[in-house]
Amino acid sequence: MLEAKGISFGYKKGINILDQFQIRIESHERVGIVAPSGFGKTTLCQILSGYIKPASGQVLLDGEDLHRIQGYCPVQMIWQHPEKAVNPRLRMKSIIEEGDQIEERIIDGLGIERDWLNRFPGELSGGEMQRFCIARALGKRTKFLIADEISTMLDLITQSQIWNFLLAEVTERKIGLIVVTHSHSLMERIATRQVVLDTRI
Amino acid sequence: MNNTGSVTVLQKYPRKRLNQRSQTLMALAFGSIFLVAITVIGTMVGDIAITTNFTQKNFLPQMAHPFGTDWLGRDMLARTLKGMSISIYIGLFASVISAVIAGILGAAAATLGKKVDAVITWFIDLVMGIPHLLLLILISYAIGRGTFGVVVAVAISHWPVLTRIIRGEILQLKESNYIKIAGKLGQSKMKIIVKHMIPHVFPQFLVGLVLLFPHAILHEAALTFLGFGLPPEQPGIGIILSESMKYLSLGMWWLALFPGMVLMTAVLLFDLVGGSLRKMIDPHSAQE
Repeated sequence: MLEAKGISFGYKKGINILDQFQIRIESHERVGIVAPSGFGKTTLCQILSGYIKPASGQVLLDGEDLHRIQGYCPVQMIWQHPEKAVNPRLRMKSIIEEGDQIEERIIDGLGIERDWLNRFPGELSGGEMQRFCIARALGKRTKFLIADEISTMLDLITQSQIWNFLLAEVTERKIGLIVVTHSHSLMERIATRQVVLDTRI
Repeated sequence: MNNTGSVTVLQKYPRKRLNQRSQTLMALAFGSIFLVAITVIGTMVGDIAITTNFTQKNFLPQMAHPFGTDWLGRDMLARTLKGMSISIYIGLFASVISAVIAGILGAAAATLGKKVDAVITWFIDLVMGIPHLLLLILISYAIGRGTFGVVVAVAISHWPVLTRIIRGEILQLKESNYIKIAGKLGQSKMKIIVKHMIPHVFPQFLVGLVLLFPHAILHEAALTFLGFGLPPEQPGIGIILSESMKYLSLGMWWLALFPGMVLMTAVLLFDLVGGSLRKMIDPHSAQE
């Protein structure tokens, strides 16, 4: 269970984009987060996966403070821009190896072709790179997955291929999923529950 | 369908010129070989450079002495090469020390917190704020001139620019997503430094180091020319130039012209090598 208690955070002094935010996510749930641009969806994702420390409040994973966890973080976030999420100097093979024992099954399931593994990020398209980022986040110890607009750069066929795989994987391994997307149809299809961010700025 | 059109174009203009990468590689090789040759030959000429021969003094450039001879009958070509190799050694030594200082301080400023950063940045501004030559003269004079003085002076006045670059690079890297992600994927600090940071910063460091050489050599020569640098018994290029100045008014133009041209060539070649190295390592910079 991933739980956020009384989260507040702001980039400018005196203006909180998240104010006393609460959320509880069970590991069988798929939660969609809905809000217009600039309402702190990505910020919330980063707080929930431990990239940003909130100004107040805490994030608990099965009762344990997420910021105290050393080593592999069981809450993994997939970023919106894959080209920023991979080291341009490493081959895709070593990028995948950074994850926690990624199985071949996952690599195949996401439609990653074998010869992409020997390429550099600059030799792949955004969509191809994003599949690596998704695969990398699906390590053995991952318990929660946060997908921050991960399929906006993909065409519809690839999008559905990736989401089909991801949903099956998440259901099978009982990984909790938090999804941010502006696509209404995608949200309807994926989310079992929707949360609306409506902090007034 | 007009596919044949594009095919003809390709056949019509076969690739005659080398591509930019090969050109850069050739420039790099040419510069390096030339500089190594100057250094090696200069080291090997040994006694010819200081052997006096009063039957052959004040010769104009000719077949036996391409750079002429000086007022003591010494062969100017040998002297110039010897002097240049001494200058290159000193430049090399000083810029390596300088680059090491830059590497350590840059990394420290970027990683050890705000206070350390503030102190180091202040020192960078301080050293950069003082005119280079003045600082060199002061340090060299305070330490007691000679080779040691020159090396120390050049080493501790040339680190700020490279320090700034390295500090900036590391600060930027620390904030990059892929390094944050590597941390969340359970990679240790050491592994992140070895795998992500060093491969990114080291090329910049190397290029910065090579581009320090020309500065170091020029400043060494300038310092020596002004009489604050090398002692006369070590004929660095600066010594040769300053001694030649006295004979210029007697019409012995070759004494200053050829050593000066060799110095300039060496400096330009170092610049060429550094620039080419940067283009090879960081292809984006080739388009700038």
